[in-house]
Amino acid sequence: MRDPLNSFIEQIPPSGIRRFFDLVAEMNDPEVVSLGVGEPDFDTPWHIREEGIYAITKGKTFYSANAGLMELRKEISRYTARHYGVTYDPATEILVTIGGSEAIDACFRAMLDPGDEVIIPEPCFVSYKPCAIFAGAKPVVIDLKAENEFRLQPEELEAAITEKSKILFLSYPNNPTGAVMGKADLEKIAEVVIRHDLFVLSDEIYAALSYTDEPFTSIASLPGMRERTVIVNGFSKAFAMTGWRLGYATGPARIVKQMMKVHQFAIMCPPTISQYAAIEALRNGDEDVLYMRGEYDQRRRFLLKRFEEMGIDCFEAKGAFYLFPCIKKFGMSSDEFAERLLADQKLAVVPGSAFGTSGEGFLRISYAYSLRDLKRAVERIEAFVSKL
Amino acid sequence: MTEKILTILEKNARIRTDDLANILGEDSYMVRQEVERLESEKVICGYHTLINWDKVGQEKADAFIEVKVAPQRGVGFDQVAERIWQYPEVSSIFLVSGNCDFIVLLQGKSMREIAMFVSEKLATIDGVLSTMTQFILKKYKQDGFVVENPRKDEREAIS
Repeated sequence: MRDPLNSFIEQIPPSGIRRFFDLVAEMNDPEVVSLGVGEPDFDTPWHIREEGIYAITKGKTFYSANAGLMELRKEISRYTARHYGVTYDPATEILVTIGGSEAIDACFRAMLDPGDEVIIPEPCFVSYKPCAIFAGAKPVVIDLKAENEFRLQPEELEAAITEKSKILFLSYPNNPTGAVMGKADLEKIAEVVIRHDLFVLSDEIYAALSYTDEPFTSIASLPGMRERTVIVNGFSKAFAMTGWRLGYATGPARIVKQMMKVHQFAIMCPPTISQYAAIEALRNGDEDVLYMRGEYDQRRRFLLKRFEEMGIDCFEAKGAFYLFPCIKKFGMSSDEFAERLLADQKLAVVPGSAFGTSGEGFLRISYAYSLRDLKRAVERIEAFVSKL
Repeated sequence: MTEKILTILEKNARIRTDDLANILGEDSYMVRQEVERLESEKVICGYHTLINWDKVGQEKADAFIEVKVAPQRGVGFDQVAERIWQYPEVSSIFLVSGNCDFIVLLQGKSMREIAMFVSEKLATIDGVLSTMTQFILKKYKQDGFVVENPRKDEREAIS
């Protein structure tokens, strides 16, 4: 028989997070406590769920327009204007997708030619590199540094640029590090991007979960950047709507028009029921987001303090719901640390190396868990490191 | 800081002061002092444990009693209210607008105890014109907590 497989797909290694979750599943032990999950522990706010139910009872269960319900696109336009100071035309510059993930895939396919390079700062979420490869492009990794609190530095970007570079991928607030980039940081990056005529794909799915004093800045809001930036955002993290599978991309009409083709032929349209719920989220959900952000922030501070007390080095991550403590001083790889922590204390955390080689020596700690769970988990870490 | 402390304690009265300080990013000593001040000034009136007595097989009833009274010159409703709230059986009493004057809440008593209290004590107080007792048949949510079995974490592994 001939080889049935596509060699590009075959060469992509399985997700490092998956490998670790499989280990946890193999243990099949009810005593295992996990800080591994990367999704909100909150239920979708009730008024949003109710709109979903209402859509079903009213029979609003048809396809929507490919780009999503116009009503929703208008709300997205208002939301991005209200929160990030960038306005997009609902008719031509907004595409509603199946989560942020589809938007990333569609954007890469729409923009990249074979051989083009996508600059991806790591540690980062596991899907970016594979998506670039699916699009026939070459991912070029920048290893971010802990001493810069995992923020991309202009000189690091400069050093990664070749004549093939086309897209810079940004993902702040970041999964897995929790790092954020403020306006001043982004301005330096924007200058390099414009000078080298690059484009930016900015995954801003965690934008609402930023614990800095200054409000979140989208790179698209900086002078000269709107026309060369595609923003990916969605409802999963901000509104605790992961299972509704709804995200969106906003960008220049020229790019969105081509993304639309990928989306229209591969997906058709996002689920209509979810779209009606999302309209409610954008219209009346700001208070819910503030509440959940407040809760995450409390947990974040709690963990930071406890790591400090345990003598575990952890920079003050100010975004998403992750901390990224450094475990280098214990003389183990992150894989080994995580595996021994799991075996010894029945606590599951994801090794930083799952998110790129620069994540080696770190752990991703999710605080999308109740304070009670976090307390139990931290006690286990304490018990583990005290024996090392 | 005060408002944040109160918001957290309102949901979790048992939180340790150290943890409270940590999640607020404040000094533990300062937080302790502030909680003590709030307690002494009766901003924090007490700490209450919400118990589902059904689960330990105890048959305890709760009832709302609507009470109509004749307000008295000079003291309005307050004097009658005091004569009612002084009874230890009364868990809460509120002056309300609408069809009655007070709503009295009795909690954790037997049906008989509630009946006796209403007929022999409450109804006979000077100024009480009428009472209407409403027994609680089932609790769904109380003080912000949903009365049901705890939910498991149903988030699945995804990558």
